[in-house]
Amino acid sequence: MLRSRIVPCLLVHNKGLVKTTQFKNAKYVGDPINAVKIFNEKEVDELIVLDIDATSDSRAPNIEMIKNLADECRMPLCYGGGITTVEQAKKIISLGVEKVAISSAALSDIELCREIGTVIGNQSVVVVIDVKKKKLFRDYDIYTHNGTKKSKWKLSNFIGKLDEIGIGEIVINSIDNDGTMKGYDVDLIESIRKKCSVPITVLGGAGSLDDIKKIIAKFKIIGVAAGSLFVFKGKFRAVLINYPNRQERKSLY
Amino acid sequence: MIGIIDYGSGNIQAISTIYKNLNINHKILKNPNDLDNASKLILPGVGAFDSIMKQLVDTGIKDKLNELVIGKKVPILGICVGLQVMGNGSDEGKLSGLGWIPGRVKKFDIKKIDSKPKIPHMGWNTVKDIQNHVIFQGIDYDFGFYFVHSYYFECKKRENILSTSNYGGEFTSSIYDNNIFGTQFHPEKSHKNGIHLLKNFAELC
Repeated sequence: MLRSRIVPCLLVHNKGLVKTTQFKNAKYVGDPINAVKIFNEKEVDELIVLDIDATSDSRAPNIEMIKNLADECRMPLCYGGGITTVEQAKKIISLGVEKVAISSAALSDIELCREIGTVIGNQSVVVVIDVKKKKLFRDYDIYTHNGTKKSKWKLSNFIGKLDEIGIGEIVINSIDNDGTMKGYDVDLIESIRKKCSVPITVLGGAGSLDDIKKIIAKFKIIGVAAGSLFVFKGKFRAVLINYPNRQERKSLY
Repeated sequence: MIGIIDYGSGNIQAISTIYKNLNINHKILKNPNDLDNASKLILPGVGAFDSIMKQLVDTGIKDKLNELVIGKKVPILGICVGLQVMGNGSDEGKLSGLGWIPGRVKKFDIKKIDSKPKIPHMGWNTVKDIQNHVIFQGIDYDFGFYFVHSYYFECKKRENILSTSNYGGEFTSSIYDNNIFGTQFHPEKSHKNGIHLLKNFAELC
């Protein structure tokens, strides 16, 4: 049987790993390659690495860094940050990365998803959507550039369009819950799951393995991603790279 | 020496890193003529069927592979689309495959997958080794392997099925015929199970 994926999500800022809270207050948590080595040992299902500087600095993906990560990684790797062209996506896949994640480039030109998919295969195209709750309505706005620019796309329309193109995966990231460790936004996940049939991975808010268990129980086959949960330990948030072992994972499915 | 074929597709480096850590002699080979020196071959592949086939033809690798694999019976392991090209063709494209193992690549029937997500079939899935083949020695079947694909290989002959997995019904997750092996899953991204399988392939006599 296919299992749900439990996925650490690592953020790269100034060449180091950081963890944010509601996309702010980036705290340094270590060296990317070192983290990958630890996650190899822990037999992690999959890994997402996002360079959070690239788009904000209008810079192309750092190929050297991606190559080093891919060489070290013994689990499937999804890379995101600064990808704006088919050529960049193709290059990144050739380095041994399984999936490329695009966000702001997909929001400014959704056809790019289709174009990249034609070359690298749709299954390797991931779109990351950062969302924030609207103040007055029970709906969400999509943001880019680390939560600073609001997109004109309506969330449900954007999801519908991605589903129609048939991309490989949607990562839905709650800015409101990021780094808070108070649990996932279940309403948000439910509304996304209803609107599309491509795999989704949820991110933002996981504070315990129990939060992950609840999401798997409710949504069956799903990607459950977390940042803080896998880099911090204890209530004082001491940095400690961690991940449930095979036995602990069995109790989550 | 195990030759990992580099024609611009797949996780060449990840496979090389695993063999390096196992102290198994291997080389990344680009030039078709270099393939002559390999005692075994690995054919990775990530991407759309036609673009992979085209790359194999354009680089001259296809002709060389036919000479070595069919002519000289050099053992080969195809991974993901590297498996899919071993058949006659694919619903994903128009080009013909290598035609080594009778069968065709088909898209998962989304009507048979009752819950969301539908496709791609992506993540860790269990495998059933139906031939009890030595290449699966030491594998934890329940832990399984990592998959990411929307198309699967449908074998014409049952004896070519090495293992099956389940996604909206049973499908072939690896194939073989004498010196030819193919896995739909990614051993290079499947932790200890993948390392075992790559090691077993290297040690096949």
